[in-house]
This record gives sequence, C-alpha cells and structure tokens, in this order.
Amino acid sequence: MSQLLLDVNGLTMRFGGLVAVNGVDLTVKNRQIVSIIGPNGAGKTTVFNCLSGFYIPSDGSVMFNGKQIAGLKDYQISRQGLVRTFQHVRLFSKMTVIENMLVAQHRHLNTNLISGLFKTPNYRRLEQEAMDRAVHWLKEVDLLEFANREAGNLAYGQQRRLEIARCMVTQPELLLLDEPAAGLNPNETKELDELIIKLRDEHEISVLLIEHDMGLVMGISDHIYVIAQGTPLADGSPDEVKNNPDVIKAYLGEE
Amino acid sequence: MSNSKFYNAIFAAGITLILACLMIGIKLDNEGAQLAVKGATAEQWGWIGLGIAIVFFSQLFSSQIDAMFGKIPKPNLGAMLPEERKMATLKPWLIAAVVVIMLIWPFMVSRGSVDLATLTLIYIMLGLGLNIVVGLAGLLDLGFVAFYAVGAYTYALLSEYFGLSFWACLPISAGMAALFGFILGFPVLRLRGDYLAIVTLGFGEIIRILLNNWSAVTGGPSGISGIAKPTLFGLEFTRRAKEEGNVPFHEFLGIDYSSSYKVIFLYLIAVLLVLFVIYVINRLMRMPIGRAWEALRDDEIACRSLGLNRTAIKLSAFTLGASTAGFAGSFFAARQGFISPESFIFIESAIILAIVVLGGMGSQVGVILAAIVMTILPELAREFSEYRMLLFGLLMVLMMRWRPEGLVPMKRPHLELKQ
Repeated sequence: MSQLLLDVNGLTMRFGGLVAVNGVDLTVKNRQIVSIIGPNGAGKTTVFNCLSGFYIPSDGSVMFNGKQIAGLKDYQISRQGLVRTFQHVRLFSKMTVIENMLVAQHRHLNTNLISGLFKTPNYRRLEQEAMDRAVHWLKEVDLLEFANREAGNLAYGQQRRLEIARCMVTQPELLLLDEPAAGLNPNETKELDELIIKLRDEHEISVLLIEHDMGLVMGISDHIYVIAQGTPLADGSPDEVKNNPDVIKAYLGEE
Repeated sequence: MSNSKFYNAIFAAGITLILACLMIGIKLDNEGAQLAVKGATAEQWGWIGLGIAIVFFSQLFSSQIDAMFGKIPKPNLGAMLPEERKMATLKPWLIAAVVVIMLIWPFMVSRGSVDLATLTLIYIMLGLGLNIVVGLAGLLDLGFVAFYAVGAYTYALLSEYFGLSFWACLPISAGMAALFGFILGFPVLRLRGDYLAIVTLGFGEIIRILLNNWSAVTGGPSGISGIAKPTLFGLEFTRRAKEEGNVPFHEFLGIDYSSSYKVIFLYLIAVLLVLFVIYVINRLMRMPIGRAWEALRDDEIACRSLGLNRTAIKLSAFTLGASTAGFAGSFFAARQGFISPESFIFIESAIILAIVVLGGMGSQVGVILAAIVMTILPELAREFSEYRMLLFGLLMVLMMRWRPEGLVPMKRPHLELKQ
C-alpha cells in the first residue's frame, strides 16, 4: 500500500457565525488523482484555501508528508511541495511565458544581490538550471514554441496549461487544481485529461482536483470526495459515488 | 446639448468669477499706516472677463474639445527610432556618446548651467530610486523624501561630529537610509495601496518634524552648515587648504584657482553616482528579485501560491529604493554645504513622485527625461515669476491628458529563450 501524502482530519473553517467547511476528512496517497466534487457554494474552494494556507483553518489538522501544515504561511506550504492553481487564470500577463516559469522558481535561484550584480558562476549556473527546467516543462505541456510570447496573449487553453507548467516547475509533490477545465472546449478538456494522467503516471505526483466536468472527474479520479454545504457527504471510487443515492439527491434534488 | 452641461458650465464660470474677484479683483494696499481695499483696473477686469468666458465655453463644449484632442495624432516615438535589431547594435554606442558628452559638456558652459545640471542629476537619482518602489514594485510611497533626509543628515552629522569624509559616508548614508526603509517597511508593507501611501506620508512628516525639533543634535530649524565638500583623493577644492598640510587641487596641479573647478567636480561625482545607480537598477530588473517585484505587482495571489515571500520581496524593493535616496541625500548635503529640514518637505516627495509618473512608471529613460524636464522647466519659466507653479501645473494636466502612460512608457526588458 502506498504511503499517505496528505491526511486531513476534521478540517473546519468558520467565518464568524458561518461554517463554510465542517469536519472534512481527506486523504491523498502517493501517485493518486483525487477529486472533490459538490454543488456550487459547497465549500470546495474554501477547502483548497485552507490546505494551501490562504486561510488558516479554524479547526482540524492537515498533515502533509507526515508534517502538520495547518497554520503555516502560504509560501511556506508551497515550498513544502503543495502547490495550487486558481479558478481564474492567474498568470503574470505582461511577462513572457519563460519569465512566468522563472518567477515560479524564485526560491531555487540565487537571489543574493551581490552575486546577481556581478553574475557570479553560481548565479549563472542556477539561472541556467532554472531555464532548463522551464524548457523541460514547456515541452511537456506543448508550449515551447510560445516561450517568448507574452503570457497574456496566449489562447485560454494554453494559459491553463501554462499555469499547470508553472506549478510543476516548482517541483511539487501534490498539485491542487481548482476547476482546471472551466472554460475549455471538449478538445482542450481531453488534452487536460491526458496531461493530468501523465503527471501521475510519468512524473509521479499526486493531484487533488476540484471539477464540475463530471466526464473528466469520473474518467481520471482514483477516489472522489463529495461535499455539500461544507460537510462531507460521501466518498469512494467513481462508480460508488455515481450510484450513491445521497449524492444524486444533493445534485438533482429530491422528487 | 443636454441641460446639465449648461448648468455645469454656468457653475464653473461662477466659481472662476468668485475666485478671480477674490484673488485679482480685490487688492489690499498700504496707504500710509492703514490698509485700503483697491479694485482692479479696467484692463484687469477685461482679462478676468475673458478668462471666465473661456472657462464657460470650454465646459459647454467639453465633449467636442475632448474629441478634438482625440484627433491629435499621438507621436509614435517607437516609429521614430530605428528598427529593433539596429537599435541593439546602436545602443552601446549611443550610451557611450551620451556619457562622453556628459563628461565633456561642463567644461564648455557656464557655472550656473553646471550647477543646475548637478541638481538635475540629484533628482534623476531620486526618481530612479522611487521608480523601484512605485514603478517596479507598485508600492505607492508618498514619504520618499524621508530617506533623502536620512541620507543627507547622516553625512552632515558624521562629518560634523566625527570628521568622516564624503566618500566614507556615501555608503554609510545609503545604508542608514536602507535601515530606515527596512524599519518602516517591516510593519507597513502588510498594508496596500492607499493605506500604504498614508502611512509613508506620515513617516515623511515624522522624520522632518524630528529633525526640526531635535535641536541638540540636528541643529533644529537652523540646520547644519559648513558641511565638508567632497575631496579628490584628499585634494580640496578651496582656495586654501582647510587642514594643515593639505594641498588644494589647483596648487597640486600648478594652475590658477577657479571656483568653477569645484562645481565641475561636484557635477562629475553626480554623473558617476547616477551611472552607478542606473547600472545597478538595470541589473536588478533582470535579476530574479526584479522579476519578483513585477510579478508581485501584477498578481500577488499567484506569487503567494508559488512560494514567493511577498513581505521579503516588497521589503527589498523598499530598502533598495530608500538606499538610493540615501545616496542622493548625502551628495545633496555635500553639494549644498548646508541642510535644514526645510529642504525635505512634502512637496519634494510630490515632485519626485511626479517625475516617476510623468516619465512613465517603471521606465528608466522616462524617469531620467522627466527629471530633466521637471528641474529645468521651472528655471526656464523664471520670467513668469509667480505664475511659474501655475504653468507647471498646467503642463502636468496637459501631460496626463495627452500621454497618461508617461513620456516614455515602460518597455520591459524581456528575457528571451534562445532556441
């Protein structure tokens, strides 16, 4: 049995009197694609915000690689290897594609001012390594030919892929994707689908996914969690979830 | 034409009438021991009437005038320059030519022009420093003059109390200003936009008031005078050496004394400092930290999710900007020989900010051009005496109307991937 990468217990987020997330448990194993689904406003993105440190959870524990990360700052969490994307594309649109990839590797570079001013050998080497990693990942997502384009000028589907590449270049172990297929056409969704599977199978990382596109979710997930109104409703394999009466009720309503 | 436009025009004309009557129409004059109220002459009333008419009609036909403004073709500076590849080969030569001209030029013109050029160079330095904070990192700083003051007073005090030389104090001043930037930045960089602007504004005033009131050390409002001038490897630029055993510059070379040597020498130091600052900032923009500043300005949330520590990055911009101001400050103190809190009032911050905005935020060439315009223009407009500031304001309004992105909009030095 593979080891637990992410282990969330009783995650709760309260905004004043409003309980947005109530006692959510989640586990992600190594090399697994796990999805969180649920109706709009169910608190899925709030869960992501808690995991990635954008919110500090009111209660519960988040163990990542055996270490408690609840309460850590956002940048500290992403440095541990848990990186996320957003519902809306958040690229640095005025920068070129390759520059986007380098900003993401900020902490892998020599940021010492003096060595940067004099271009010391160490500075050049790290810069070159970062460049190589960037090229590698641009190739993976099929964007290498656009490396010198401004990111804001890419097509929407390409921007989505660039966002994933920008996360991957930070060398994460767990990738949190927040509705990556939103706004994509069926063709692009299929490419995304293949990309996510490739990330798991070839690059051996885990993916935690929020998605409304049921075709995508059911097709690639190893495990699915259903959340409704901030509380866990069901979980299991795609088939189990699909046939769960509670889930059907939450989505379609009662007769 | 809508009714509201007409009322608007009437209202504006009315305001103009009231203001003009109060400011020009009525004058207080001494008549013996008493004050007497005097009306304006018929000619002046004529001008006031004309002014009111202009305001009225320009308000009434504002949309048509705006449309006309839109039709004026915006000069395309990019098209005037040779194409990009040619530029790349031409650029080093162009820069070399500018530097050589800057070095030769002072020997051919009057002392006054060199002095003015030195002042311009100080503002260029300040503009470039603030450009890091406002243009690159996107943090609005309204109290930038505080760091300028810290630099100036650091040199003045060290020189007065400990007799340290200008060259030793230059890095110390930059360091002190950076330290103040760090101390201020640490708590306030959590704030954003307007709030940050207000806090920095307050900080600028605190420093000035502190300097004004801490008379025991800073000399209070009367300032510090007799600050030592820079020396060239120990050679002084005075008629007679101040220190025993020192030889003044002109005696050392065996030439006649001329006071313009000192002015030219100061100018050359300023040129060197500016070149140094330009080089450093140019490198910074291409370094990871420069990229991080811009990334943070564009999208803070994305930066956080990618493991960038935003506080550290903002702090570095703030600190580096401040140290540039400290540099400029210590040079300013050395050039003037006298400083007082009067030199570091809010309007200075505003002027430096105006330089950055007019020049085009983030653009180095733009900031340099704007600094030149902003310091030389008031000198050229001297004959308009009291209407000088009015002219200055008018220019800024027109500028923002005509070219809101600044004189030379920022063009990012794109990093290219060589295939």
